[in-house]
Amino acid sequence: MKLRDLTELAARNLRESLLRNSLTTMGIAVGVASLVAMLSLGVGLQNLANAKLVHSGLFDAVFVSSTSMERGFDRPRAPRDSEEPAHPLDENARQSILKLPFVIDAYPEIRITADVLYDGKPHMTSLAGLPQSTRNDGAFEGMKGNFFSGAAADEAILQVEFAKDLSDQPDTLLGKELVLRYAVREALPAESNGAASEGGAVRGQSAGEAAGGELPGGFSVVPHERKLRVVGIIETEPSGGYGPFSRGRVFVPLSIAQEVQAGQTSNLQDLIRGAAAKPKFGSLTVRVNNPKNVEAVEGAIKKMGFSTFSLLDASHNLALVFTVFDSFLLIFGSLALVVASLGIINTLVMAILERRREIGVLKALGAADRDIRKLFFAEAGAMGLLGGILGVVMGWGIGKAITFGTNVYLHSLNLSSANISSVPWWMVGLAIGFAFAVSLVAGIYPASRAARLNPVEALRYE
Amino acid sequence: MTSDGLAIRTENVARHYQMGTTLVRAVDDVTLSVRAGEFVALLGSSGSGKSTLLNLAAGLDRPTSGAIYAHERNLAAMSSEELARHRSHTIGIVFQAFNLLPRMTLEENVELPLRLAEVDRGERAARVREAVERVRLGARLTHRPSELSGGEQQRASLARALVNRPTILLADEPTGNLDSATGDEIMLLLREINEKMGMTIVMVTHEQPRAEKFAHRMILMKDGKLISDGVQR
Repeated sequence: MKLRDLTELAARNLRESLLRNSLTTMGIAVGVASLVAMLSLGVGLQNLANAKLVHSGLFDAVFVSSTSMERGFDRPRAPRDSEEPAHPLDENARQSILKLPFVIDAYPEIRITADVLYDGKPHMTSLAGLPQSTRNDGAFEGMKGNFFSGAAADEAILQVEFAKDLSDQPDTLLGKELVLRYAVREALPAESNGAASEGGAVRGQSAGEAAGGELPGGFSVVPHERKLRVVGIIETEPSGGYGPFSRGRVFVPLSIAQEVQAGQTSNLQDLIRGAAAKPKFGSLTVRVNNPKNVEAVEGAIKKMGFSTFSLLDASHNLALVFTVFDSFLLIFGSLALVVASLGIINTLVMAILERRREIGVLKALGAADRDIRKLFFAEAGAMGLLGGILGVVMGWGIGKAITFGTNVYLHSLNLSSANISSVPWWMVGLAIGFAFAVSLVAGIYPASRAARLNPVEALRYE
Repeated sequence: MTSDGLAIRTENVARHYQMGTTLVRAVDDVTLSVRAGEFVALLGSSGSGKSTLLNLAAGLDRPTSGAIYAHERNLAAMSSEELARHRSHTIGIVFQAFNLLPRMTLEENVELPLRLAEVDRGERAARVREAVERVRLGARLTHRPSELSGGEQQRASLARALVNRPTILLADEPTGNLDSATGDEIMLLLREINEKMGMTIVMVTHEQPRAEKFAHRMILMKDGKLISDGVQR
């Protein structure tokens, strides 16, 4: 029998016992719905976790340090001609890293101690620089105020605990000004080298020469003040890069942090040692366009001779945990579908009893055993397909309802909403295909039984 | 008689089956031939084996022993697929109980063998129309069996049996469920089909007068055996 005729006859048979077949189809739909709802929650939670982790700035970042930083205190130092590391982590290295595929930014981690004046009172605190590429980090979700308006804007974002130190009502700090006090290098005229500078500035004797001519007349370190407008207050901190994760309480644009750092004691020592011509970074944070590319970027940077660190393993472990979690959901969701498939077997066996004579007539008119088998398979498959489609819609709806209920609860706790269910296209295909396949398997026994009916006995059946 | 002219031939065909501890010899060592174009009546009382013999000729059942040929093709040696093709293309069957599918219209019932024989859709409407016109039911195409009289249902059943243009028509008590006048109408139709289309007809009946009136030849069976075979006229 041709497919179209088979389909028409199957559809006619299904319409004949509409209530019973509808209930059987609903059974499949409920099974598929439970499967889809469970999987959608599993996938939704995984997506949510991934999104949060990606936005955390941890999973799409590679933290780079020069190999010299990797040596333990108890390990012997490798003999070398100079004190310089084999691969200095300097601006040249940063530019090379920036050229690597998938890299969207590479910036130094700057954490320094700074003196902040507010309302005439000084506050010693830690200050960190943030590049513009961090503006989408999860730490800034729910931030009061805004991110920096520009890469060199005289603006600051405060960590809420520090803001509380400054004011009992931290929110009122938005738009207010802080004064950042720090030291800067100031070139001295060649003739004044060695003379005491005004204001008690630190004298960099002979440093200009050591610096390779950067400051030929030497320099002095003078106090400097910079007004910063508070533009944002954050609850959580952006990722801290290599080393301690607590990175600061006041955040400023990276360029300002670099300017402030230049006057720090450690940099002065570098300068005096003659390293200022090519400033070196203690570490760099490399942002990658997608966590999937972290491994490739990490490998490329290692080939350049630097040490790297990322949370790739943690990311892999998380994926493994969710795979196991999804597998369990799939198994439990499938159980409902297996139960529903028993309904298909029951319905079709009942149909054989009811249509025994009809099967005999079909055989007498020329239907082969395979025609009868295909007819019952088509009926089982149609119920599975319809149940699958209906079940996907129901499962999607259940997922949305759970998401809605969860968000109502989250809002009652003043937490931001989250989409905890997701029905991707692969899941739609999988669920419908699975329902169809399970229904066909369920149809094997009734279809074979119907095909094997002796036509003479079937025609005698009343 | 040459084999080319034979529609059905049996050679010591037997159909035995076990019923509890008893071996029932439904058809027992029957040898006969039916020429192409003959109208044969198989007569006998209930349980004589005439319907079993008809089922063997239809390929609905297989003999326990012996052979049964339709146009010299041994049905006993055919696979179930080949038997299905035999029922679809060579044989048309009419039942005492009509056996129309109640949820289908007359047109759909008659079209059913065409679906099973995978006849092109474009050809089906004409074939259905032709078969239905032959049994004079053209005006009832859209009616369901429950909306037809007994005679009309049997005529519909006849149209369904003819629609695939078989060479042999097997009728199992075609007038058994009909009153006398309607039964005669069906018999006249069968005779017309036999005469005008040259179709071989083997009809099972227990109504000897009707068989004498319409069939060319009467074969009498008793206890599974053929006890007489006579040409009527």
